[in-house]
Amino acid sequence: MSDLAIRVEELSKRYTIRLPGSQHDTLRDTLADLGSRLFKRTWQPSGSTSERGHSKFDQFWALKDVSFEIKQGEVVGIIGRNGAGKSTLLKILSRITMPTEGRAEIHGRVGSLLEVGTGFHPDLTGRENIYFNGAILGMKGAEISRKFDEIVSFAEIDKFVDMPVKRYSSGMYVRLAFAVAAHLEPEILIVDEVLAVGDGLFQKKCLSKMQDVGQQGRTVLFVSHSMPAITRLCEHAILLDSGTVVKKGPSHDVVSTYLTAGLGTTAIREWTDPARAPGGEIARLRAVRVREQGGRIADTIDIREPVSVEMEYDVLKPGYMLMPYFQFYNEEGVVAFSAHDLDPNWRRRPRPVGRYVSRVQVPGNLLSEGTMFVGACLDTIDPVIVQFYLLDLVAFQVIEKQHGESARGDYAGKMGGIVRPLLNWTTQFIPDSHLETDASRAQADAEPQAPSVRS
Amino acid sequence: MKAPSHVIQPDTSLFHLDLPALWHYRELLYFLVWRDIKVRYKQTVLGVGWAIIQPLMMMVVFTLVFGRFAKIPSDGLPYPIFAFAALLPWTYFSEALSRASISVVNETNLVQKIYFPRLLLPISGVVTPLVDFVPAFGVFLVMMIWYGMLPSWSVFALPIFVLIALLTALSVSLWLSALNVKYRDVKHTIPFLVQLWLYASPVVYPISLVPQEWRVLYSLNPMAGVVEGFRWALLNKESPDFAVMAVSASVVVALLVGGLVFFNRMEQTFADVI
Repeated sequence: MSDLAIRVEELSKRYTIRLPGSQHDTLRDTLADLGSRLFKRTWQPSGSTSERGHSKFDQFWALKDVSFEIKQGEVVGIIGRNGAGKSTLLKILSRITMPTEGRAEIHGRVGSLLEVGTGFHPDLTGRENIYFNGAILGMKGAEISRKFDEIVSFAEIDKFVDMPVKRYSSGMYVRLAFAVAAHLEPEILIVDEVLAVGDGLFQKKCLSKMQDVGQQGRTVLFVSHSMPAITRLCEHAILLDSGTVVKKGPSHDVVSTYLTAGLGTTAIREWTDPARAPGGEIARLRAVRVREQGGRIADTIDIREPVSVEMEYDVLKPGYMLMPYFQFYNEEGVVAFSAHDLDPNWRRRPRPVGRYVSRVQVPGNLLSEGTMFVGACLDTIDPVIVQFYLLDLVAFQVIEKQHGESARGDYAGKMGGIVRPLLNWTTQFIPDSHLETDASRAQADAEPQAPSVRS
Repeated sequence: MKAPSHVIQPDTSLFHLDLPALWHYRELLYFLVWRDIKVRYKQTVLGVGWAIIQPLMMMVVFTLVFGRFAKIPSDGLPYPIFAFAALLPWTYFSEALSRASISVVNETNLVQKIYFPRLLLPISGVVTPLVDFVPAFGVFLVMMIWYGMLPSWSVFALPIFVLIALLTALSVSLWLSALNVKYRDVKHTIPFLVQLWLYASPVVYPISLVPQEWRVLYSLNPMAGVVEGFRWALLNKESPDFAVMAVSASVVVALLVGGLVFFNRMEQTFADVI
């Protein structure tokens, strides 16, 4: 039975925004405004409409009645659109800003990573910045000294540690900043999208480090816009929208809700009213569905498993040969592939009037991690008349769990590519006597031995 | 159910000084000061020299203008050493006040991204310039030798006056640094404030020049007590005005308490307003 790490009860944060024109950042302006208002009051008694009934202040709730509990050792993702309140929540839990209402109970030492490299001074050397940055993050001097070598080697700046940081390349800078923060050992770690910096190699390091932290039994709160990172690292997630908790639970559930709510597409799209069904005179589309291996409608698919997509359509006029096809593309709109109906039963065969369901099965270990969008299209053949060409109809998430045989193998970093096929590898080993003797001779030179016997 | 390590909720208390947190973060104070000192002297040519040049140059100018031209008396002491003894704490005070008053705004990034007791910022601002005392003091000793004067036991009372100067700078900057977060033009008032304060303190003239009826009002300035104290401790002037020093000390205490309360209240909104 694990203990509580964080309990949040009805946490709310209100910001007061002054409307433009009435904002005063300087004492001078504040006093001047006071003076002019006094002036107006004496010269223009009641009836003046300039400021009456016109509120200078606008209030908005960045967070409203947010409640949740996080147990020790859990890795929880916080997702939501920009402006949903994620950063505000982290700031409050990190004690940088105070809530307007509600409370939060924290059990354990908190380490916050809201930005990488906070407190770095360009004139100080890498060594000096490690100490200062570590201290500001909450580490004691002795702790920093103890971990110093580890930090330097994690950041790969061994030769440059005594150079002023302003001479570092941006990559070195970011690596060093993350290296210091990565060696914080708080009981509760709060991380805000810091994995969005650096190159692919570096991101791989960050990800593995985050996984280590989670495995060590520390509680982690992780904000990110990368759904693959969230589903990979976090068992649970919390979805925020406009300051309130929309959903909390297992991460892929919450991620699906986030995606479908934002896009307006689901894993199933149906047109029950024939008059509204999209299409031409020959065929009309009635439904598109995504199913997982067992046949159930699913918006989340394991990367290793096959997924099938089907389109249900009505053929209204007989005698035409039809070509249904799907287009699969990713979040960036890049087409992964299109799949044309090759069912031998109906290929180049004129179709009678009726209801059809054409289904394609995409094998497992082909698609890449991330969101996959599907468009459904149907043309007649000879002549080609487009009946419907509809993109962005349905979407599903391809996720990867940590264990299991996928094309990823033992690699923990980011894998690019629109597809991720699991391919066959072979390795040929040729023992080479020349290489062997060279190698053993090199070894003999390195170690002083008794005179060797000539062969 | 285990008690939480800490609870986050809207703070409705009038005053809440989190001493345990300050103690927990004491090493950070050391690092803040260490960093400021390092940064100050990096890539400089004169380095430590600046700690000496400023009071020295001021002394030269004051000796010429106030000692020679205006012929202001100096309590029977040679004007240069009379002025320098006062410039020692004064240079420290003006530097401490200037630094600490903008300390919070200077670290906007830290305030927005990391939690630590914000009180450490003005505190580090007044601690950092203490380092400059050492070389300046060295120069002073050289001057004493030059004038053939010997320090007496009263020298050991110096730390008390340094402490009062520190606390004065700290308490005023608690007000100023908190205000500066919201109203940025406060920082422009500081050089002006320091200038006025210089003339309100017995740096270029002896306190004996101040008419009796004004003495009480005058002694509300804590730096009056500090400067008098320094002159007494270093130059062994007869009968320092202990009444002045007592008033100074109580003013400092009042300012400090008020400053702590004000800073503490404003602290909660720093991250939102900065």
